[in-house]
Amino acid sequence: MLSCNIKGVVNKFPLRIVAEKVINKEVDFNPDFLKHMFGKIEWKALVDGARSMGYTELPDHAPDTKLLESDDESFLIQFHHALLELHLEEGSLVCPETGRKISVNKGIPNLLLHEDEV
Amino acid sequence: MSNRPELLAPPEIFYDETEARKYTSSSRIVEIQAKLSERALELLALPDDGVPRFLLDIGCGSGLSGETLSENGHHWIGLDISASMLNVAVEREVEGDLLLGDMGQGLGLRPGVIDGAISISAVQWLCNADKSSHEPRLRLKAFFGSLYRCLSRGARAVFQVYPENIAQRELILRQALQAGFGGGLVVDYPHSTKKRKEFLVLACGSVPTSINDGYKESCSEDDDSEDEENGMVNVSDRNSRPRKRQKPNKKGKGREWILKKKEQSRRKGNDVPADSKYTGRKRKSRF
Repeated sequence: MLSCNIKGVVNKFPLRIVAEKVINKEVDFNPDFLKHMFGKIEWKALVDGARSMGYTELPDHAPDTKLLESDDESFLIQFHHALLELHLEEGSLVCPETGRKISVNKGIPNLLLHEDEV
Repeated sequence: MSNRPELLAPPEIFYDETEARKYTSSSRIVEIQAKLSERALELLALPDDGVPRFLLDIGCGSGLSGETLSENGHHWIGLDISASMLNVAVEREVEGDLLLGDMGQGLGLRPGVIDGAISISAVQWLCNADKSSHEPRLRLKAFFGSLYRCLSRGARAVFQVYPENIAQRELILRQALQAGFGGGLVVDYPHSTKKRKEFLVLACGSVPTSINDGYKESCSEDDDSEDEENGMVNVSDRNSRPRKRQKPNKKGKGREWILKKKEQSRRKGNDVPADSKYTGRKRKSRF
């Protein structure tokens, strides 16, 4: 969900993930929250991001909202895993346009911009 | 009154490792932060449907306020400028995702992703220029502008602030309004210097007046009816551009009006020419 904030960058989303260490956190499964978030997610970015963290289970195209409403929980579980449980511990995020690297340390990306980038 | 932290050093330096630990281990501070966060969450007025929301905690520090969000079942991401404070948060294994960043540089979040934002005791740091390249107004502008964009429709932002003075409060409010927010100030316990807390409640568009009144001390003996019931100052800026000054319409000052004025003047005892068929007659354009 993060987009590059350097002034003048047009093609700022999504940030490409270069993963060095990925961990899985355990998060409670809540289908309501997932349905709520589904509309906000840019699907392709999520799939690419998950892939670069080593999770390839997500379908390439965003499924219909009907699939969300159905009792089939398997998709929701995949979505839940990719969205909430995959956690980038060490690595970096790269801006697609400028190539600027945002390093991630202990799970915290360093978004501080230099003076000339604001 | 003790020194205000923001006058001592910029936040990333003031909250170094020692200060970060001190802050988090002080039970008094922990309790205050928890209470403020609960109140802020209340003022966010999220729908009571049990669906967890995705919230933003600005100036999350060591995660004290974020814990309150987690306890209420929400997911959150926190932003803070002090790496030491965030390290303490990691140690405490907070549930939210953390970002190291400067809110005055703008939040790099996609439009409409956030369901609500809170900030406890953090926004006032923006009003101080900590580096020569800082200009508080621009930083506030970047902050509020990017916040407005990333909030979803109907979402609110609640900031608990400790403004240094009225000018600072005005500055913050003005920048928020210019970014397109509507809203106002909720003051709890306005008459007690110790307990007084200010919350800036902002929403995209105007705020419904069903916001809670600020808490008042229970006045058992006196009935303070002349006191202000509401601690709420409603400021909304729907007409942000100044309306053109409308010239007074000549049509409204016809013969009738003239006659009325002459009568008033006569009653006062002035010498007024008699009314005739020429009173209030349209003159030739020469006049």
